[in-house]
Amino acid sequence: MEDKNKESLHLKLIPYFEKYGILLLLVLMILVMHILQPDVFLSWRNVTNVFKQISWQSMLALGVFMVIVTAGIDLSVGSIMMLSLMILAVVAKAGAPWFIVVMTPLIAGFLCGLFNGLGITLLRMPHPFIMTLGTLYIFRGAGNLISGGTPISGFTDEVRYLGHGRIDLQWLGLEKSQYLPVSLVLIAIVYIIFWIFLNHSKTGKWIYAIGGNPNAARASGINVNKILVIVYSLCGFLSGIGALILAGRTDSGYPNAGLQSELDAIAACIIGGASFFGGRGTVLGVFAGVMIMGILRNGLNLMDVSSFWQQVLIGSIIVLAVYIDVLRRDLGTRK
Amino acid sequence: MSTSNELLLEAKGITKYFGTITALENVNLKVHAGECLGVVGDNGAGKSTLMKVLSGLYKPSSGSLHFQGKEQVLNSPRDSQILGLEMVYQDLALAGNLPIGENIFLGREPTKNLGFLKFLDFKKIKELTNAHLDKLKINVKSADQKVEELSGGQRQAVAIARSTAFNAKVVIMDEPTAALAIKEVGKVLDLINGLKKTGVGVIVISHRMDDIFTVCDRVMALFQGTNFAEAELNNTSRDEVIGWIMGKK
Repeated sequence: MEDKNKESLHLKLIPYFEKYGILLLLVLMILVMHILQPDVFLSWRNVTNVFKQISWQSMLALGVFMVIVTAGIDLSVGSIMMLSLMILAVVAKAGAPWFIVVMTPLIAGFLCGLFNGLGITLLRMPHPFIMTLGTLYIFRGAGNLISGGTPISGFTDEVRYLGHGRIDLQWLGLEKSQYLPVSLVLIAIVYIIFWIFLNHSKTGKWIYAIGGNPNAARASGINVNKILVIVYSLCGFLSGIGALILAGRTDSGYPNAGLQSELDAIAACIIGGASFFGGRGTVLGVFAGVMIMGILRNGLNLMDVSSFWQQVLIGSIIVLAVYIDVLRRDLGTRK
Repeated sequence: MSTSNELLLEAKGITKYFGTITALENVNLKVHAGECLGVVGDNGAGKSTLMKVLSGLYKPSSGSLHFQGKEQVLNSPRDSQILGLEMVYQDLALAGNLPIGENIFLGREPTKNLGFLKFLDFKKIKELTNAHLDKLKINVKSADQKVEELSGGQRQAVAIARSTAFNAKVVIMDEPTAALAIKEVGKVLDLINGLKKTGVGVIVISHRMDDIFTVCDRVMALFQGTNFAEAELNNTSRDEVIGWIMGKK
C-alpha cells in the first residue's frame, strides 16, 4: 500500500518536473552566480542589464520555438531581423514620421516569414531547413543591397523607445538608477500573449498537434499548410519586433546585426526543453532557455572569462540540457 | 431516430483510375444501421482505395455515393464528417503528445468566447470526453493522460472513441486489430459490437478471419478492384471467404 502511494507520488511529480525542471536549473545558476559575484550579480543595474541584453534574442527564440514545435526549423530569423532593421533605418533616414518607422520592421518581418511559409508549403520543400537556409542568405543580401552595406545611424527617441526606453520607478521610492527597461516589460507582454495563444487557442493546439503527428492533424480536417504559413509568418513578425528593439538599443542599422543569432535562438529553445521532433516544449521553457544563456554570458563577463570559454560552456550546456531531457523522458514514458 | 435496418450508405458503380491503372471498377457497397460489413481482399485488391473514396479523400472517376438515400459529392474528409461518416485509420491518426481528450476533439474543439476571442474550453473537453468514454465503456486512468503513454489497444479505443464522438452514423475501420496484442483484440471487437448496438453502421476492413467472424453480419470480397463475392455471415464459412480473397469461388 505504502509502495503504491510512493509510486503514484513519483508519477505525479514527473509532469511537474517535466514542466518546471528547467526553472530549477535557472534558479541554480542564479544562486551560483550570486555566490561567485555577491556584490554585482543581483544588483539592480546588472539584472536590468541582463534583460536588456536578452531582449531581442528572446523574440527570435520565441519565434523559432513555435517553428520547432511544428517539427520545423527557421534558420533565417537573424537575417529577417537584419533586413527589417535595415528597412527601418532607410525609412527613418528618409524622414518618415516615427509611427510609420516603427511599423516597418514589423511588417517587413511578417512578410519575410510569410515568404518562408509559402516557400515551404507551395514549393513543397523537402524540409524547412532548406527554404530557410536559402532565405538566410537572401534576406541578409537584400539588407545589404538596400543599405549599401554600410551602417545607418541616428533614430528619434520614439523609434528607440522599445529598446532603449526606461520606466521611472521613483514614485515607488526607488532611486533614479533603479528604473525598469521598457524592453523587459515588452518581453513579459509578448511572452504572455504567445503563451495564451499556444495553450488556449485552437490554432495553438493545432500547432502542437502538427508537431505530434501531422497525419493525425490532416485527418482531423486541420489545414496543415495554412497553420505552417501562420507559424512562419509569426516567427518573422517576432524577428521584426527583435529588429525594433535592436534599433533602440544600438541606435543604428548595421550589416552584421543578428549574425549567427539564429543559432542562439535554436540553442535557447533546445536548452528550454523543446524537442526537434516537434510537439514538445513550453513558452516558459524557452524563456528559461534564453535566461540561462543570458545569465551565463553575463556572469562569465563579470568574472572576466574569455569569450572563447563562453562558447565552450554554452555548447556544453546544450549537450547537457538535452541529455537531462533524454533521462527525464526515460523516466516518464513506459517501456 | 433511424429504424434498425435503415440503409445508411450506398456506393453505386464506383470506378477509380490512377492514370492508366484501374484501382476500382464498378464496385457496389451497402451498409445498414446497426450492421457490420466486413470487407476482405488481398493486398492491392482496392480495399484502401474504396475506403478513401467513401471518406472523401479520393474522388471517384465515376459512380455515386448515397447517404441516407441522398446522393452526395464529397470534396474532402470534412464533408464526410459533416454527414456523420467517420474513418479510423490504420496508423491511428492520433497525436501522441496530446492528451486523450484533446485528441478526441482535435480539429473540432469546443471553445468559449471572450469578446471576439475564442479560448479552448478545457473543462468541457474533459467532461465530454469522460462521458463519451463511459458510454463506450473504455477505461483509461484519466482524460488528461497523453496518448503516447497508452497501450496499443487503448490507443485503438481512443481512435474509435474519436470517430464516434460526433454522433457518427457510419464508422469505417481500416485493420482495427492489426497493431494489437492478442489480449487487446477482444476488447476492441467488444467495442465494435457495442457500436452496432447503438445503431451505428460499421465497415471493417481486415485480414483476420477471427475479426470478421466475431463482429460482422455480412462480408464482401474485392478481387482486382471488382466486387468478387458477398454473403451473409451465416451462409458462408472461413474457408470460403479465404478462397474469395485468393480469387476462387
